[in-house]
Amino acid sequence: MSLLHTIETGLRSLLGHRLRSVLTTLGILFGVAAVISTVGIGQASSDSVTARISSLGTNLLTISPGSTVSGGVFGGGGSANTLTMDDVTGLLDHQNAPDIEAVAPVTQGRESLVSAFSNWSTTVSGSTPGWLITNSRSVGSGTFITAADVNSHAQVIVLGATTASNLGAAVGDLITVKQIPFQVIGILATTGSQGFGNQDDLAVVPLTTAQGELVGGVGSVQRILLSATSQATLGSAYLEANQVLLQTHHITNPTQADYSITSSTQVLSTAQAVTQTLTILLASVAAISLIVGGIGVMNIMLVSVTERTAEIGLRKALGATPGDLFRQFVIEAGVLTAAGGLLGVGTGLAAGYIVPRTANIAVTITPLPVLVAVAVAVAVGLVFGVYPALRAARLAPIEALRAQ
Amino acid sequence: MIDFEANHLIRLEAVTKVYGSGDAAVVALNEFSLDVATGELLAVMGPSGSGKSTLMNILGCLDTPTSGRYWFGGQDVSRLNETQLAHVRNRRIGFVFQQFQLLPKLSAWRNVELPLLYRNAQDRRALAVQALDSVGLRNRIDHRPTELSGGQQQRVAIARALVTDPDLILADEPTGNLDSASSRDVLAVLRELNQQGRTIIVITHDPEVAPVAQRTVTMRDGRLVQGVAA
Repeated sequence: MSLLHTIETGLRSLLGHRLRSVLTTLGILFGVAAVISTVGIGQASSDSVTARISSLGTNLLTISPGSTVSGGVFGGGGSANTLTMDDVTGLLDHQNAPDIEAVAPVTQGRESLVSAFSNWSTTVSGSTPGWLITNSRSVGSGTFITAADVNSHAQVIVLGATTASNLGAAVGDLITVKQIPFQVIGILATTGSQGFGNQDDLAVVPLTTAQGELVGGVGSVQRILLSATSQATLGSAYLEANQVLLQTHHITNPTQADYSITSSTQVLSTAQAVTQTLTILLASVAAISLIVGGIGVMNIMLVSVTERTAEIGLRKALGATPGDLFRQFVIEAGVLTAAGGLLGVGTGLAAGYIVPRTANIAVTITPLPVLVAVAVAVAVGLVFGVYPALRAARLAPIEALRAQ
Repeated sequence: MIDFEANHLIRLEAVTKVYGSGDAAVVALNEFSLDVATGELLAVMGPSGSGKSTLMNILGCLDTPTSGRYWFGGQDVSRLNETQLAHVRNRRIGFVFQQFQLLPKLSAWRNVELPLLYRNAQDRRALAVQALDSVGLRNRIDHRPTELSGGQQQRVAIARALVTDPDLILADEPTGNLDSASSRDVLAVLRELNQQGRTIIVITHDPEVAPVAQRTVTMRDGRLVQGVAA
């Protein structure tokens, strides 16, 4: 029998059981749609994490204090107050650290800001002029904190765009933090980030003011941000920073360093690994549903072979070879899964369009997962179609004819 | 008298068919020999369990003998594999069954077309219509089996057996499911086909068939009890 007629015969018998064919197709449809949309969601969250971390700059190093060990009790990373302004001064020395472009010590806390119109709680960082460069930020209006402000414990504040609009504050206004008046001297240019970890919701004051009036901890800083002169010099900047800190901390054995230095690329690769794992997890669950759909196809094909035993016997008597019947049933299974796969792509793409607009979940659909999902669906159909098709091909014609 | 040596289409030589094995073995055909001449209309009769159905399966190349030889048109078909047997069935044998075995979702001509699909024939519709015309159903080609009477359904089945222009038409209880009027109708069609030169074997226990046949053989316990030439 020619392939064309085999396909025609297969389609006829599928159309003869419309409801059953549609229900079987649904199993594959949802499997494929689930694979496409979950991989899309994973891809989107991976993209957004990458974008957020990249926006911090890829030449950024962060120095954090080491852990405290007091009486044998391990206090956890960052619990010691080992970073001081001496470290900052050392790192700023271009003689010892030529590849470090900017240094910004940071001491921060969560504070309530009160304006003439409203109040708003946000993260207030005490820092130095280097903060702008190390965070890759710029001022939208007004000015940033100067070295003079830091030296004089000036009561001035720079606001993020979201913070400023929530407070209804403009450059020149007075706001109070812990009942201390601060003058707004600048508002940062927006980064456009949203939701959790909004980079536009923050405030910056001179480091000395934060230490003395707000957060406390005079003489020590919570962490130090460094930026290398370029991404290429990040490695040497790392080594230079380490060398400077070993000296200022009087440590001879580098394994006993009471601080740690991490680069933004490390953070980026960690975050990417996490989102990738998450994507694989989601896709695996979706793939299982695809396999369940495939088993549904096999189930229906077995029912179909049993139900059509007499027809199979007749076709054999009329001259159908085992190969003819095998092809007919494999094609029926293949058509069911291919239809489910294509409709699943449609549903997946539709979900990729609707979900971001209704549920505020980003979905990024790329061609590869779509192709893979369809290929897997068809492969599943053929694999699960083979066994019922073999059963049909091997039926003895006499027994089959007597089956009525 | 027909010269069997020169004209035989079918020769069974000591064909034995055993089902099962050991204590449960059932000998359905026991050293069974038979010649059928080209152009003959042979009736095979016998009570239930006499081995008629087994004979039908062997003759129709639906099954192969346990031992012995089956010559069909000069070819030994007793040792062919399933695919080769399928080709013999498709090209050389037309079947008519007691239960008609028409596919209910297909129209009359689509049913008649079926064997042609397995040989990639051209002009299938024309051939199917011609075969239906020859059994007097020219005006029923688009009817489904459920829209036809029993006699008409069996005539569609005969058309399906004819459409490939086979060497042999093998009919298994063709009148078993029909009333007497329809039976006479179907037997008349078979006799007409025989008069046109077709070789036909009818396996039956309907005594109405015998007068139509040129020769009737009777089976009992897997053997031939009696062979009468017409």
